[in-house]
Amino acid sequence: MEMAVFIVAGGISVFLSVVMVLARKPVTSAMSLVGVMFCLAVLFAIQSAHLIAILQILVYAGAIMVLFLFVIMLLNLREKEGMESHTKGYAQMFGGAMAFVVLVAAVGLTSMPSSPAVLASDRFGTTAEVGRLLFTRYILPFEITSVLLLAALVGAVALVKIRMR
Amino acid sequence: METVIALIKNPMVIEFIVTMVKIGFIFGLTIGFFAPMLAWVERKQSAVMQDRVGANRAGVFGFTVIGLLHSLADAIKLIFKEDFIPRGAERGLHTLAPALAVIPALVVFAVIPFGGQYTLWGLDVNLVIADLDVGLLYVFAISSLATYGVVIAGWSSNNNWSLLGGLRASAQMFSYEVTMGLTVIGLIMYYQSLSLVDIVAKQENFWHWGIIWHFPAFVLFLACAVAENKRVPFDAPEAESELVAGYFTEYSGMKFVMFWTAEFIEMVSISGMCVALFLGGHHIPFLTQKFLLTALGDIFGPDWGGVVVMLIGVGVFITKLVILLVLQMTIRWTMPRFRYDQIMKLGWKMILPLSLCWIFLVGVGILTGVMPTP
Repeated sequence: MEMAVFIVAGGISVFLSVVMVLARKPVTSAMSLVGVMFCLAVLFAIQSAHLIAILQILVYAGAIMVLFLFVIMLLNLREKEGMESHTKGYAQMFGGAMAFVVLVAAVGLTSMPSSPAVLASDRFGTTAEVGRLLFTRYILPFEITSVLLLAALVGAVALVKIRMR
Repeated sequence: METVIALIKNPMVIEFIVTMVKIGFIFGLTIGFFAPMLAWVERKQSAVMQDRVGANRAGVFGFTVIGLLHSLADAIKLIFKEDFIPRGAERGLHTLAPALAVIPALVVFAVIPFGGQYTLWGLDVNLVIADLDVGLLYVFAISSLATYGVVIAGWSSNNNWSLLGGLRASAQMFSYEVTMGLTVIGLIMYYQSLSLVDIVAKQENFWHWGIIWHFPAFVLFLACAVAENKRVPFDAPEAESELVAGYFTEYSGMKFVMFWTAEFIEMVSISGMCVALFLGGHHIPFLTQKFLLTALGDIFGPDWGGVVVMLIGVGVFITKLVILLVLQMTIRWTMPRFRYDQIMKLGWKMILPLSLCWIFLVGVGILTGVMPTP
């Protein structure tokens, strides 16, 4: 059962990712990405991480992708616009491949410290347990991530300000 | 025959049937009852409030039934209307958008409890379709998807009014989702649960109702809810005096009515959530379910007594729902439309800081014991 759901959801997410990259209309790409987020949420759900599954939809599908669409609409991007970069396709492919290698290496070389006691218990994936771990064991990475996001936000605003001058 | 009886007595089959009945009830309540009734109330109430006679034309053999037949006449008209897709529109997305608007509004109801837990003939009945551990987050996740229907509609119509409407809608709905999420954080801290069934169960005592301790949050939540539904005074995305009809300008026939229905069902589901969070769900003030069960169990017997208590619970829930709906309808015909920048300012600069303040106050209250948690 779990395997069947994984194959279906995983297959759809891979297919939609390819559609996202290859689609000529920005809106089609964005909607495919929404679909990918949904499939990822399903994958989290079958790992009994219900909170993460819901947050995946809430944050990515519900908020971030809406902002993507907002920008697409604001610039009123229709077909074939912004496609002149196709000439540099090889460089992008190379970059993508390198990023993939780095990602695989990062996943392969680091081992996530997981406590078997938590994994085995039926509290795994519940809101209380995720919250407890976030605010005790992983408090430092959690806070660093939030500072990083804040820095990115301030950086974006600063960049826009420079261009407006 | 025996195999059929054995099949029916299988607990999985019983659970399946019970779930289907609950889903059918919710569908009937929202699409079958509230959507046409709200369409009628919107007309008749506006007529009463503006001192007009109002909807009184549609009738059968001269019987107009205070305009109730207008909803029926509308349905017949809209079914037979031409379904028009403008030239240059994205055909696929244009067709998909109304469905994307209706489905989230309906699916939200899966976690809203419309009654309590009852034991009837040895069968445990929990009047909620899915008792999720993260129910409250589920509501926010699903209702945030309603934005897509509106945005895609505005974008795919190939019409500048639609595009502007979609643009306004996406920014507005996104902003108010954030603020709405923050208004209920205090409640989560207070009830220590994300499950709506849990939250309703903890409101059995009247003094633990959300509205008693969290009245500021209730007001902020209701404001966000009206803004999220894009209703007057927050109807800038469909402002008819500026944008014709905003994001659904280019829709006709059944697709148009789907947007309309989506708005009404969203109203019902957000009110249902408000009832579950702030108004004690199916509970009657100062009357516990146990008391009702013993009192009515003496009269009707334990099982039929349970059925009566269940019906009372559902009735109380619907009554509270109707009160909130009438309140929202009255707001609609009382207030003028906010300007778009006012909407944004209200959301980000007033409701958001206020809800953050309220979270802080609730935290202090719980820590010092001023606000006793149930």
